[in-house]
Amino acid sequence: MEKTFGRLVLEPIVDNNPITLQILGICSALAVTTKLAPAITMSIALTAVIVSASVLISLIRHHMPSSIRIIIQMTIIASLVIIVDEVLKAFAYELSKQLSVFVGLIITNCIVLGRAEAFASKNPPWPTFLDALGHGIGYSVILISVAAIRELFGSGSLLGAQVLPLVKEGGWYEPNGLMLLAPGAFFIIGLMIWAIRTWKPAQVEKPEYRINIVHRTEGS
Amino acid sequence: MRADAPIRDNARAGRLGPLLAVFRLPNDDPRKTLAVALALCLACSVVVSATAVALRPLQERNAALALKEEIVNVAGLSTGGRSLDEAFGQIETQLVDLDSGEFVEGADPLTYSYREAAQDPSASTALGDSDPADIDRRPDRMPVYLVRRNGELETLILPVYGAGLWSTMHGLVALAPDGRTAKAFTIYEQRETAGLGSEVASEQWLSAWSGKVLIEDGEPVIEVVKGGVDPSSPNAEHRVDGLSGATLTSNGVANLMRFWLGERGYGPFLDRIRSDRG
Repeated sequence: MEKTFGRLVLEPIVDNNPITLQILGICSALAVTTKLAPAITMSIALTAVIVSASVLISLIRHHMPSSIRIIIQMTIIASLVIIVDEVLKAFAYELSKQLSVFVGLIITNCIVLGRAEAFASKNPPWPTFLDALGHGIGYSVILISVAAIRELFGSGSLLGAQVLPLVKEGGWYEPNGLMLLAPGAFFIIGLMIWAIRTWKPAQVEKPEYRINIVHRTEGS
Repeated sequence: MRADAPIRDNARAGRLGPLLAVFRLPNDDPRKTLAVALALCLACSVVVSATAVALRPLQERNAALALKEEIVNVAGLSTGGRSLDEAFGQIETQLVDLDSGEFVEGADPLTYSYREAAQDPSASTALGDSDPADIDRRPDRMPVYLVRRNGELETLILPVYGAGLWSTMHGLVALAPDGRTAKAFTIYEQRETAGLGSEVASEQWLSAWSGKVLIEDGEPVIEVVKGGVDPSSPNAEHRVDGLSGATLTSNGVANLMRFWLGERGYGPFLDRIRSDRG
């Protein structure tokens, strides 16, 4: 189980990505990726929460009674999320309005609780810090690439700056409305998972069961 | 050996010793569970409330700036190169006494908060049964924003609010100088169902309000209806198409609009504006 520190950070980015392999955190990956700016803010917010929550949980891991450990983890995560939300309202008011409930929903983001329970509660602070940082980056990479694709093809812009001139403004690009809807994000994430699994076939899961073809005989 | 270890620690930690000793108990001891839970909750609540208190002035400043921006936008003034404060400076802010419809002299409308007034029994009136907007108490005074061009009233902006399905919705309605036709409408604060009720704040829905005649013979007549508005029907100018999947939110908007334009809302003030003109 000994992993080098570099592996701890790098592994969650492609080999064990929280979104494309663990298929966690899909809700926010759909909701905040219509534009690049909120996706970047959300990425920073989630990374800040996952890193600080994991390190705090790792620091008190020897004093966590196992009967209430999930509640302890949730309390720490929830407090940190409230702090992030308050900080956003104070320093990035416009973005905090766009993100609305989704910052609050970091509390229920399975990636954060998953790392707290699976890694932070069993490992010392330094490896925990690296593992959480890796997962934060892994989430951010997917979120930001999905948002870049959706904003570029859905609105013809990147970070609000017009890249493809729109037809309604006298240009040539007819924006793809599907990209702005949640199914658009599903398609992009699905295609990404397909691409990554073609590149790294080790990620392809074995089918959980096989469908047995039953030949029915008439009159039996 | 194990028995005397806590005693030595007690001596070292002084008076807090017995309290800290509980953390030396095994993790599955109920006393330790309770102590850990208490300590965690205490620590978290202190940190969260400290952050909230420390950041509140900044957040309030942001909210005030955002409101100014909403007012400038709904007034149809573009900031075009000017700073927000310059654009807002063109708009005259007044406090209106709702019962008499007269401007209140000698009070600073810019520091007045109708949200605080609604909480204050000496500055608000309980509505009792006649409370269609579901706001319980109505502030006695409301700020209004007037845009004048060459001394002539051009736009009149009234803050309105009321209950939707889940949240209190806050908005601004801009009226033409006739005091009955909507020029623009915005809802700048709401927490309705994301994707359904939250569409009340969408530009597409709000733009349907411009040009609607909200008041006829001094009475609010605006309706939010289901199933679309036929532009050829005689009542089309009094009707706005409701949001599909968000009937209660749409009704909330209709109710708050009728309340605020009615006799307990801005009615007396609007009567005065109309009689001044004609």
